[in-house]
Amino acid sequence: MTNQINNVSSILTVAQVNDMFIYVGEKVIEAKAWLTDIDCAIGDGDHGIGMEVGFKHALEKLKANNYDKINDVFAEIGKAMIGNMGGASGVLFGTLFLSGVKGLEKIEQLDVAILGTIFGNGLLGVQSRGKAEVGDKTMIDALSPAVDALREANKNQLGLVATFTNATKAAKQGVENSKALVAKFGRAKSLGERAIGHQDAGATTISIIFESMQNYVVELENKGELLNA
Amino acid sequence: MKKIINNPDKVVQEMLEGFLDAYGSVYKKTPNENGIYIENEKKQVAIVTGGGSGHEPLFFGFVGEGLAMGAAVGNVFSAPTPNTIIEVTKAVDAGKGVLYIYGNYSGDILNFDMATELAEYEDIQIKTVLVNDDIASASKEEAHNRRGIAGDVFVLKVAGAAAAEGLPLEKVADIAQKAADATRSIGVALSPGSIPSTGRYTFEIAEDEIEFGMGIHGESGIRTEKFMEADELTQIMMQYIFDDFEINEGEEVCVLVNGLGSTTLMELFIVNRKVTEILLNKGIKVHHADVNNYCTTQEMAGFSITLMKVDRELKTYYDKPAYSPYYFKRG
Repeated sequence: MTNQINNVSSILTVAQVNDMFIYVGEKVIEAKAWLTDIDCAIGDGDHGIGMEVGFKHALEKLKANNYDKINDVFAEIGKAMIGNMGGASGVLFGTLFLSGVKGLEKIEQLDVAILGTIFGNGLLGVQSRGKAEVGDKTMIDALSPAVDALREANKNQLGLVATFTNATKAAKQGVENSKALVAKFGRAKSLGERAIGHQDAGATTISIIFESMQNYVVELENKGELLNA
Repeated sequence: MKKIINNPDKVVQEMLEGFLDAYGSVYKKTPNENGIYIENEKKQVAIVTGGGSGHEPLFFGFVGEGLAMGAAVGNVFSAPTPNTIIEVTKAVDAGKGVLYIYGNYSGDILNFDMATELAEYEDIQIKTVLVNDDIASASKEEAHNRRGIAGDVFVLKVAGAAAAEGLPLEKVADIAQKAADATRSIGVALSPGSIPSTGRYTFEIAEDEIEFGMGIHGESGIRTEKFMEADELTQIMMQYIFDDFEINEGEEVCVLVNGLGSTTLMELFIVNRKVTEILLNKGIKVHHADVNNYCTTQEMAGFSITLMKVDRELKTYYDKPAYSPYYFKRG
């Protein structure tokens, strides 16, 4: 059995997905000061605080519950964000998680295909609410290429480790690209050309989320705990 | 940075607790959310405002008689959540509908729009008027992108009076929109404000410099200038407003000179003196002038000048009595 085939069918259980987002949340919370710096440069400096508030509430739920489907993990994170963060990021990040699983049937295993579906739906949800496109210097600049990478990975039958690695790379490239852009949304839009040279805070958070998911599955693989379907 | 707070994560909660300890006989708080409201005793159209904390007395300081009936209070410099907005909406709706009035910021729009969707399920009719008075934040052609700053005060005052008169939602919204369209502001910042929960200043500004048109969260303005004295500064700011907004001889305006937090009333009155002189020299009549700290940014130094061009209708509503602990107007 080659490594590639071994990767094809890698999956995460409901408990692992729950664990993964506890890890993701902790990483985003750790990045609070960095996100604050980025947001102070071209926004109002509260993005890190907002993300901390949202994930703190989400982590309380994720740690307290035993979910029997992955849909609930995403929905719980989304509701915690919309209900507690405020600001544009509360609605938009909350919508990402909530609309990601909206209308989906019970998911008991997270594989590459369903990952693309969830984040693809999430992207559509965020865009229909926030109206931003790639190039507007928002979270979309990282999220959209990451979603493309997830879909590409599914087409190429990659495993979860390679998938998250590619998606993270795409998200980080999106963050880099956002530096060259003038903002069309949020408080940075009044800056015009002066926003150039600064990366978008929302896009940065997206890249942290993907990188944390990558780290989590790599660690699972290293421990021999990454399961096959 | 010295700040009189306890737990940085609890500044909003403890602020509201202290407010209710002082004024709890008049004001109520929604049980699970940071919504402040008064009872809709007259069963009128209710105005709900809101926005991030850190701008006190905006927004909940403008809940009162002849003003807004409720305010959704967000985290520091962050829009309130849809849950907060819908809870305060439900608390004040008397079946006549609710008018949302708030500053034109992406976060506020997203959250108030989500609350509007939730209100549909509750069969509560909602209309929205955005305040976008800050001429420094976008060009005249892009006026729909402008931020809302101290102009909130005039729009809330006029709309609150129209609602208290018992007018229907549609009409109250029209009058609020008319007030918003007639209002222009420009501000200057001398020193930054801070975010209590990070204990950091939101931007940097040189000791001998001044930023024209800086936003109330520290969003950059039009240009940076060497520090200058009050009259010259006021003259330049007024010119920005006149360039944006035609006000002819014989017309009337309401004036608001608003301090951003740490600029003293002494300085604000010195500015108002010059504003009045400039207006009178142009043959523009000051219908009413107000000098106060209404729309602040923690300890930011600086001020804004707001003009609302008033006709007979706007004057009628502007002149009605209003009362909250932080804003009052004799009839």
